Amino acid sequence: MNYLLFILAAVFVNNYILSQFLGICPFLGVSKKVETAAGMGVAVIFVMTLASIATYFIYSFILVKLNISYLYNIAFILVIAALVQFVEMFIKKSSPALYSSLGVYLPLITTNCAVLGVAVSNMQAGYGFLLSALNGFGGAVGFAVAIILMAGIRERVEENDHPKAFEGFPFALITAGLMSIAFLGFQGLINVSTVVKAMGL
Amino acid sequence: MSKALSAIKNGIIDENPTFIQVIGTCPTLAVTTSAINGIGMGLSTMVVLICSNLFISLLRKIIPDTVRIPCFIVVIASFVTIVQLLLSAFLPELNESLGLYIPLIVVNCIILGRAEAFASKNGPITSLCDGIGNGLGFTIALCIIGLVREFLGAGTLFGATVLPEAFPKTLVMIMAPGAFFTYGALMAIFKRIINKMKEKKAANEAAA
Repeated sequence: MNYLLFILAAVFVNNYILSQFLGICPFLGVSKKVETAAGMGVAVIFVMTLASIATYFIYSFILVKLNISYLYNIAFILVIAALVQFVEMFIKKSSPALYSSLGVYLPLITTNCAVLGVAVSNMQAGYGFLLSALNGFGGAVGFAVAIILMAGIRERVEENDHPKAFEGFPFALITAGLMSIAFLGFQGLINVSTVVKAMGL
Repeated sequence: MSKALSAIKNGIIDENPTFIQVIGTCPTLAVTTSAINGIGMGLSTMVVLICSNLFISLLRKIIPDTVRIPCFIVVIASFVTIVQLLLSAFLPELNESLGLYIPLIVVNCIILGRAEAFASKNGPITSLCDGIGNGLGFTIALCIIGLVREFLGAGTLFGATVLPEAFPKTLVMIMAPGAFFTYGALMAIFKRIINKMKEKKAANEAAA
């Protein structure tokens, strides 16, 4: 139950896009069509979960052991870049169909700040292996939910009349603001630190 | 010399990273709860941008083309680490309020973007000026957004109270939604001004 609450908190309460402002670039850039948004969402879920796990191991078994934890930033970004490259090669070999639908989005994920953000915040919160993985997964699901909702709204807004100056990004930002107000409603629903304490981890 | 100056102006106005190119949006939205935070973030990013532009430009003939992106990232990440350590030593309060977003300067698209599009093709001096221009453009934009949000949300400017106590404060402006609204509205205004300027220019040319 507590694990479920922890994931729900990562998806809704601390939504990476709408309350922590991570991963805004892809959120604005690839949210014009629902299908592409869904593709991006799936790719992010995949990479972010793996990245949380990989950076956890790198941090606690290499950086801390060697006493060079201040180099975490350089280590994490390299791990993420390598991981994205590896995932791309793996999918290309094992499932060409999945590759052709995800392909374009994978390289973009390296510069998605939500991925590095989740790695750094896991480390700062001192989460163990399981919590890191769950936080990465939950955060990525939150990203996917937000970007798909956004694409759905934008598809409809495109056809309406609106002031010329607001075309494109300004309109997307106002839409995101309204979504963010809706997500404010989840605030206080789940208290992450009490959930973590209740798990005794 | 004129090339260097035009690189600076280009970064501040014609290709303003925040309002025209719309890159580096995450810190733009996240840390602009007050003007001071915006300036702090802008200057930190600017330092990293200037140093990385200079270094990448100096190393551009040594770095092999195929592995240039990882090389750029390592250079940028090193400078970010330096800035982070300096901030936590000398400006611990600012470091605290910017928090997670300092390490995230690494993935700020402005820096990698300038490295890829400008510094890897130009000499060190022009690259340095390009870094200053883009850094200033980013800092100014963050400062404006910070000022608007701070004024409407907390009734202060640079921490000093300017609105009377009785004046209702729009708390939502310093929360997450306010960031989106302010950025969107400011971008629309910026666009409108530029469109008007273009129309005028076109009309002048037509008349002449």
